[in-house]
Amino acid sequence: MKYRSVFDIIGPVMIGPSSSHTAGAARIGRAARHLFGRQPSQVDIYLYGSFKSTYKGHGTDVAIVGGILDYDTFDDRIRQSLIKAEEEGISVRIHEEQAGADHPNTAKVRMQDGQDQLELTGISIGGGKVEITELNGFPLRLSGNHPAIVLLHHDRYGAIASATGILAKEKINIGRMEVSRTAAGEAAMMVIEVDQNIPDTVMEQLEVADHITQAARISD
Amino acid sequence: MFRNVEELLAIAKEEGIAISEVMIRQEMKTREATRDEVFATMEQNLAVMEEAVEEGLQGVKSHSGLTGGDAVLIQKYMKEQTPLSGDLLLDAVSKAVATNEVNAAMGRICATPTAGSAGCVPGTLFAVKNRLNPTREDMLRYLFTSGAFGFVVANNASISGAAGGCQAEVGSAAGMASAAIVEMAGGTPEQSAEAMAITLKNMLGLICDPVAGLVEVPCVKRNAMGASQAMVSADLALAGVTSRIPCDEVIDAMFKVGQRMPSAFRETAEGGLAATPTGKALAKNIYGKE
Repeated sequence: MKYRSVFDIIGPVMIGPSSSHTAGAARIGRAARHLFGRQPSQVDIYLYGSFKSTYKGHGTDVAIVGGILDYDTFDDRIRQSLIKAEEEGISVRIHEEQAGADHPNTAKVRMQDGQDQLELTGISIGGGKVEITELNGFPLRLSGNHPAIVLLHHDRYGAIASATGILAKEKINIGRMEVSRTAAGEAAMMVIEVDQNIPDTVMEQLEVADHITQAARISD
Repeated sequence: MFRNVEELLAIAKEEGIAISEVMIRQEMKTREATRDEVFATMEQNLAVMEEAVEEGLQGVKSHSGLTGGDAVLIQKYMKEQTPLSGDLLLDAVSKAVATNEVNAAMGRICATPTAGSAGCVPGTLFAVKNRLNPTREDMLRYLFTSGAFGFVVANNASISGAAGGCQAEVGSAAGMASAAIVEMAGGTPEQSAEAMAITLKNMLGLICDPVAGLVEVPCVKRNAMGASQAMVSADLALAGVTSRIPCDEVIDAMFKVGQRMPSAFRETAEGGLAATPTGKALAKNIYGKE
């Protein structure tokens, strides 16, 4: 069941004109921003399919940049996001991709600052609901609409236990979990969907937990 | 958790409750929330719908200039003349148009189930309200009933124009609205399902062909027609008319039609009205290039 809540159907409250191409796009941008953890200095947005064909009409680019500025779907400031990004010194480039994609509403967001880089692919499946399908080369299936933790870790025994142990101690319930790796013994990634936003104190513990190299989160 | 209309009706029958109540109880369970919390969230959405309709009835204009002002025209016509199709129906149409004109102008709306189809559910609600005099709770229940049918369509077919064409967007929205009208008017859960089926049947095959890729032409008027179809289907169902094809099978048919629909007709602005000489000329005017 892709849709679980009545508010996936009656909602979200949003700035028009399109739930998939505007609100969903904003959520993809916001997921990237949350996982990056701060404001980037350079953003490249690659649009595919219907996103590519109609982004100007729907303000898809405007909405993704709004999300990157951490605006929610109903935030009036979304309309002015391109101007705001420029004021804040964020360089934004939009790329119209001719290549096909598995889903008609696909966007890839690459963001960086002097230190780090993040690449995220998201699809907007309708009514404002999105899925993150790839993160830094790792395929995944993450709903961008619920709180989640993404952990990069060494592919070793005990890595999962060290993360879930912290969550158990903090009484945080895991709704869904996914583990993937580039190759045995190398870099791996854990995606944990949870029921509530993760507080800073828990993130700090996860960052220094055994075998974990990087921790990021998506908040509601 | 209900997965289709058949299961939704079975729960309603078994427990002796309305469709809206099935949806409310499921939401409380899924989110581990209280009844008050679930109602409070829906109240926020209802308030946004009210504001959008009011804003649209004052008159708005989109950035492209393609849409805006029609809700005002319709209301003026209703005051000055006697509409042939009836006051209530045209009131629903004007309020659906008002909502989508606000959406096109990048105003704030509540997606029901999407932004492009956001007019049908509130448009009919605020019209029918004047006839049925519902309580505030009844109005919120209207949205839960709409949501229950939308929930089934979203999980078994699609509510996205890019995936399934306009039949999946305005078709779903109109179906949801018709089912909710039936409940508010005192119909049975089965009659709600009949209204949903009748509406969606009449929307089958409807393509998504936005001129210049904007959620304006023909989206605003498609919501007007979606609202009117919802009203008529609700009346048919309340009269005892049934659909020969069960609701779940209609939803499945809509899904399969959507899957076979060429991409030119699924929100790419490459077919239908978008590909007419005037549609292309409008796009050129707006973007300054082909």
